[in-house]
Amino acid sequence: MNDEIIIIDNLHKYFGSIEAVKAVNLQVKRGEVVVVVGPSGSGKSTVLRCINHLETPTSGAVYIDGVHLEDKQTDINKVRAEVGMVFQQFNLFPHLTVLENVTIAQRKVRKRSKEEANEIAMEQLRHVGIPEKASAYPRQLSGGQQQRVAIARALAMQPKIMLFDEPTSALDPEMIKEVLDVMLQLAEEGMTMVVVTHEMGFARAAARRVVFMDNGQVIEIDTPQVLFDKPKHDRTKLFLSKILAH
Amino acid sequence: MTGPEIQATPDSSWQNSWREFPWWLVAIFVFLALMGILIIRNPAYNNAFQFIVPGIQVTLYTTITAFAIALVLGLLAGLGRISRNTAVRNIAITYIEFIRGVPTLVLIFTVAFVLVPPVSNALQVDNRIVTPNTRAIIALAVIYGAFLAEIFRAGIESISKGQMEAARSLGMTYTQSMRYIILPQAIRNISPALGNDFIAMLKDSSLVSVLAVRDITQLARLHAGSTFRFRESYLVLTFLYLSMTIILSLLLRWYEQRIGKDRG
Repeated sequence: MNDEIIIIDNLHKYFGSIEAVKAVNLQVKRGEVVVVVGPSGSGKSTVLRCINHLETPTSGAVYIDGVHLEDKQTDINKVRAEVGMVFQQFNLFPHLTVLENVTIAQRKVRKRSKEEANEIAMEQLRHVGIPEKASAYPRQLSGGQQQRVAIARALAMQPKIMLFDEPTSALDPEMIKEVLDVMLQLAEEGMTMVVVTHEMGFARAAARRVVFMDNGQVIEIDTPQVLFDKPKHDRTKLFLSKILAH
Repeated sequence: MTGPEIQATPDSSWQNSWREFPWWLVAIFVFLALMGILIIRNPAYNNAFQFIVPGIQVTLYTTITAFAIALVLGLLAGLGRISRNTAVRNIAITYIEFIRGVPTLVLIFTVAFVLVPPVSNALQVDNRIVTPNTRAIIALAVIYGAFLAEIFRAGIESISKGQMEAARSLGMTYTQSMRYIILPQAIRNISPALGNDFIAMLKDSSLVSVLAVRDITQLARLHAGSTFRFRESYLVLTFLYLSMTIILSLLLRWYEQRIGKDRG
């Protein structure tokens, strides 16, 4: 069981009277890349946000590396430091330089010295291909560059898991590739990743398993080959026919 | 025809600068200059000026000290206002709404004569040691703390939720996220509003004269009362307030333009 770094057990989430997530179960193994697809409003982002407790489940449990997130004794900040998250809207800190964006949590959470934090930050900025932008402010960067900084910011914490919430949905088409390339590289390096995305090419290339969600439920989980080419459920077929038609 | 052509002749730009020219500022400077000449040339104005001007020290000391305390109170009440803790939130809202519902002058009396005596008793400080000026500062700070709380709250709420989520998802605590991510951005956004309230407090500091604090307003009243030179006393007083506020508001406009450019 130690092999499963994320365990989602019978997760339910209500927003008011709307049930956004219904009885979701999902296990993710160490080093595994899982892509979650589905129509908008299907609850995939909500499930992702429950993994680092940005949303509190109405019922059910999430375990990260054996730690029960809903337990009152759990120090959620400690868990979050091990779970990196990349947002659709980047959410870089606009009042800080790129370097400060990548060092602030290292210094305040990991309590690293300025020198050490800077060194790790530069290493991660090289990793995502933009070390030369270290002293720029986020507003001076393109969307693709901002998202790569956001990835570097999360990686600088040296997390065990990376979560991606539609990381390319707010990007201009010509910038999607540079972000996906970084994510592919990360997958190849063996990072455990859960990715909510509409990029089917990325799912085929990187995912070990693809989860299809609709209406708050997990409909089907399988390898990308099976799920995309020979889906078992009609709802999966319908969804794929809509997005793959053009 | 593709519609009326946009005029871009030198004539129109000259007209434009004519329209945009800050005539209001010229008018105010003319008033200040005329007053300056009167103060230098006219002995009655000069006497009034000599008598009132030492009060500037009290006016500025009262304003700056009270504003500094109000900033702290405002930040605490503003954070309390958005707290998820029901008790904390309601205490903050009670404070804010209570203060906002009572006139400033009435609050100054109430704080100085009703609130301070029991508090100083409880702290075992002799009530008479707490000077009128200290009471005035406490009153202004408590009053402006409530106004600033709403500014701080609005400033914090103007920062997108994604900023807090990004900070928290990196493992930062709520306090760390507020301190290093949300507040620096919020304070920058609200700094013009804070500046406006500083100017408002400078003007409201004139109310402390009701406690016989010897600020410029109190000195003007004393001078008018003893010499019957009402016109001279109050014109000089007006001159002093307007000089201070116009300088501050010009500084504020300059600062707003600068941070506006920064963002562009």
